[in-house]
Amino acid sequence: MISIRELAFSYRGRGSALSSTFGMQVAEFIVPPGASTALVGPSGSGKTSLLGLIAGTLRASSGSIIVNDQAISNFSDGELGRFRIRCIGQVFQAFELLSYLTVIENVMLPWYISGDGTKADIRKRAADLLRGVGLESKPSAMPGELSQGEQQRVAVCRAMLNNPPVLLADEPTGNLDQENKQNVVDLLVEQATRNSSTLLMVTHDESLLGKFDSVLDMRHIARPLDEQR
Amino acid sequence: MSGALFLGWRYLAHHRFKSGILIASITLMLFLPAATRLLVEDSATALTARADVTPLILGARGSELELVLNTLYFHAKSPAEIENQAFVEVQSTGLAEFIPIHSRFHSQGAPIVGTSLDYFDFRGLNIADGRQMGLLGECVIGANVAARLGLGPGDSIISSPETVFDIAGVYPLKMTIAGVLRSAGTADDDAVFVDVRTSWIIQGLGHGHTDLAEPEAGAAVLSRRDNVVTANASLTQYAEITPENISAFHFHGSNETFPLTSIIAVPPDQKNATLLRGRYHDNELLQLVLPGKVLDDLLETVFAVQNYVILGLAILSLATVAVITLVFLLSQQLRKGEFHTLSRIGASRGYISMLIASEIGFVFLISALLAAGLTYVTRYYAMQILQSFLTL
Repeated sequence: MISIRELAFSYRGRGSALSSTFGMQVAEFIVPPGASTALVGPSGSGKTSLLGLIAGTLRASSGSIIVNDQAISNFSDGELGRFRIRCIGQVFQAFELLSYLTVIENVMLPWYISGDGTKADIRKRAADLLRGVGLESKPSAMPGELSQGEQQRVAVCRAMLNNPPVLLADEPTGNLDQENKQNVVDLLVEQATRNSSTLLMVTHDESLLGKFDSVLDMRHIARPLDEQR
Repeated sequence: MSGALFLGWRYLAHHRFKSGILIASITLMLFLPAATRLLVEDSATALTARADVTPLILGARGSELELVLNTLYFHAKSPAEIENQAFVEVQSTGLAEFIPIHSRFHSQGAPIVGTSLDYFDFRGLNIADGRQMGLLGECVIGANVAARLGLGPGDSIISSPETVFDIAGVYPLKMTIAGVLRSAGTADDDAVFVDVRTSWIIQGLGHGHTDLAEPEAGAAVLSRRDNVVTANASLTQYAEITPENISAFHFHGSNETFPLTSIIAVPPDQKNATLLRGRYHDNELLQLVLPGKVLDDLLETVFAVQNYVILGLAILSLATVAVITLVFLLSQQLRKGEFHTLSRIGASRGYISMLIASEIGFVFLISALLAAGLTYVTRYYAMQILQSFLTL
């Protein structure tokens, strides 16, 4: 389950002549355990920031964030890292596979970071995941040798390696054609359902919304604190 | 920890070309100064070791270095010569043990060294196979010569003419190999040793031919007047000294005028050495040199040059370090996205720092190992190259 209450978040951009500040307040945001939820809203409404707050890569100014029964607001950086490895699976828009690792090594990347479990077990788990997405013949391929759809399937496998209770996907279909979009969303929902994971996916594509248990609009969840100064 | 090492290694392995350039740069940066210093030190040790056990050298006035190098390494093509008279005179002083050296000719790339049996005792050279030379025309060969030419006792070796264009020059002499020396790891391994009188025969100062008093030499006799017999060009000279013709070999003229290239003097004590040096201090034709000092003077120059070279390499290394640092920093900049991904998946800052450190560590470790290996190989072969250079 994901539960957010009385959250305030602000972000000051750096490196540009115009200093930009973004902020939002979320009174209450709850995603039930095991549910698949699509998060929609206009650009700049805070969808990606909300995912970052849930994953612990961004820190809230105030408020409570509870993910999988863990209040992460007070976690240290190290605790947040361990939390992400164990509890959060993430799929990104640009896949973000490491170009110098093979397909199966990319899937095993969370293990290379955490070192939890034996390599043999993790390798078997990664091979099973690849088999589940039809990539069992390409464990030794490099990411550059795969199509974009295949790369995103590898990214989904990587996110699922540790059987995370929460699966976050930030516009994972943004770089894909229509056929691959449908396939990747089907895969995410299927994997989340099979693993009883809570799926929260940001998307702009209305054609995909029917595949989710619920759809939440950021305009109804968050209130902007400020605009560009 | 092992995961960061693995990722670091995979990154370097994947970017082979970039990693290779970095490793090659650092390897050279480490190898060049180390190899330069070691080579110079090894060369100095090798040069001075042989010079230090050779107390004094008497030779023609001129280049001291040339005299020392030719006496120690037999390397000169046309060494300055002194007359054997000098040997007779210096020996009569009784101030030292004297060993004649006549090193001018070559055989199949090896210098022929005319000397006396004292030379072998002086250098501590032992026969590994066969026996010591005993007759005119016999030789003993160094271990490297035997190995290179596949020769042993009973085989023959022929002296090379000084110039192939001199058809009136000295005929090559076929010499019988009496023995092979045990390897000493010095220039002696690459030389052919003969009695000094054999080297004079090679020079044409002595020769053997049919006795003109015998009837079979009649066709070669041009004229007979009193005790003087003049032969024509049909008289055949022997190209090899054998037990059958050895009695026909003879020298014309006084052997006091025959040439030597140097004389090694081994005085029993410092007093005799000083007395001996005093005798040749103002000699206009001869010089008596201390080989160790001559090479020390040379090495002083070499070490000075070496210091400049190492200084230059150090400056070059600093520039290389700066470029490598820049490459690493640019690389980290380009990989910000990758590090961000790792962080988002759950990697801590420490993990990412370890990943970067492991890559740097691998590059430096491989470079250091390569540099050490290259230095070892260079050091091993450089001594052989130095040896062959000195005996050329």
